[in-house]
Amino acid sequence: MPSGIALVIWIVGMGAGVCFVTCSVIRTSFLRYFFLNLYIILSLFSDLLRQFVLRFYGLESAQYTYAYYYTDCLLTVALFVAVISLASRIFAELNMTRHVRLVAVLLLLGTVGFSYAVVAQSAHRLVTVFAFELSQNLYFVGLVLTYLLWGAILKLQESRTRVVQMVLSLGLYFSAYAGSFALANLAPKYVIVQYLGPILGCFLPISWALTIMRHSEDSRLTTARLVAVPR
Amino acid sequence: MMAAFILAFSLLTLLMFFVSYCRSLTASSLHTSITEDVRDVTGIQVRAAGRDYARVVQIPELCPDRPEDRSSLQIVGAYYSFLNLLDQGFAKIFPAVRAWAEEERAGCAHFAAVALGRRIALNREMLAQQIEL
Repeated sequence: MPSGIALVIWIVGMGAGVCFVTCSVIRTSFLRYFFLNLYIILSLFSDLLRQFVLRFYGLESAQYTYAYYYTDCLLTVALFVAVISLASRIFAELNMTRHVRLVAVLLLLGTVGFSYAVVAQSAHRLVTVFAFELSQNLYFVGLVLTYLLWGAILKLQESRTRVVQMVLSLGLYFSAYAGSFALANLAPKYVIVQYLGPILGCFLPISWALTIMRHSEDSRLTTARLVAVPR
Repeated sequence: MMAAFILAFSLLTLLMFFVSYCRSLTASSLHTSITEDVRDVTGIQVRAAGRDYARVVQIPELCPDRPEDRSSLQIVGAYYSFLNLLDQGFAKIFPAVRAWAEEERAGCAHFAAVALGRRIALNREMLAQQIEL
């Protein structure tokens, strides 16, 4: 990837992250959406760390590989926790917050166990492949959870505009990211495909920042209006 | 093969989430009625129709904008273009698509009209402040 364009995308991503956290603080929603903010803050620190390692050790170095995959794994866990925090908000009215947390912990442990079982066959690969495997599997679990969460929103007639738009942003992000991965496999020779991942990384903080700025916590909407094809 | 399947599935879900996201934007303005000022400027009588959208979005460009509305208007604009494409592409095969798309475009026009109302109010406020000075 040409460094100029990559740098522009990186700066936009950093700016979007800072913008979301600032908007949350200004609108006194930082603690209310703490895990979303935590994910964005961690992604900002990860980006800085990756840049630091890249400059000192280079793209081909083992240090950069470790830094990239382990921060990626950490970010996927943080995103998973963010999805769960939105789920416990949605199910809070049914007094199911404790159940949601229990399911989340079981899912996380299950995914860690499954990832370990996959890479445990060869001991020398364990350190390098485990982070990648866990990240990939947890990402898939997060994607499925987001789709289920969207179904729950429609079923439970969730009307809080902020929560609805944040889940929709997550759905858009996960779908686009999965699509970009598939596209990268189908057409790896096209340079444009390489830009999709980093560009999509900017989308989530931008859309969350817009939601926080545009709507108050009391803002409500009619859920029946949201179904793509009305029943 | 697997990658093609994932691509097709993710494009479908992307489309579904995009439509729902845009509807959540337009739905947020449904409870706000179009102001008298906007009715005078745009000629909308009772309810905004899909065809009003193009006219309504041209007017805000004539006065200072509200940064809060800019991105929403862009997203809704993209949604409006998508609905036009859908109408042109599928309405002949599936007639129900035309009615659905028209209703959605009316929602887009209403959203733009409400945003225009906010912009006019902001301009009046700015003018009043300038007169005071």
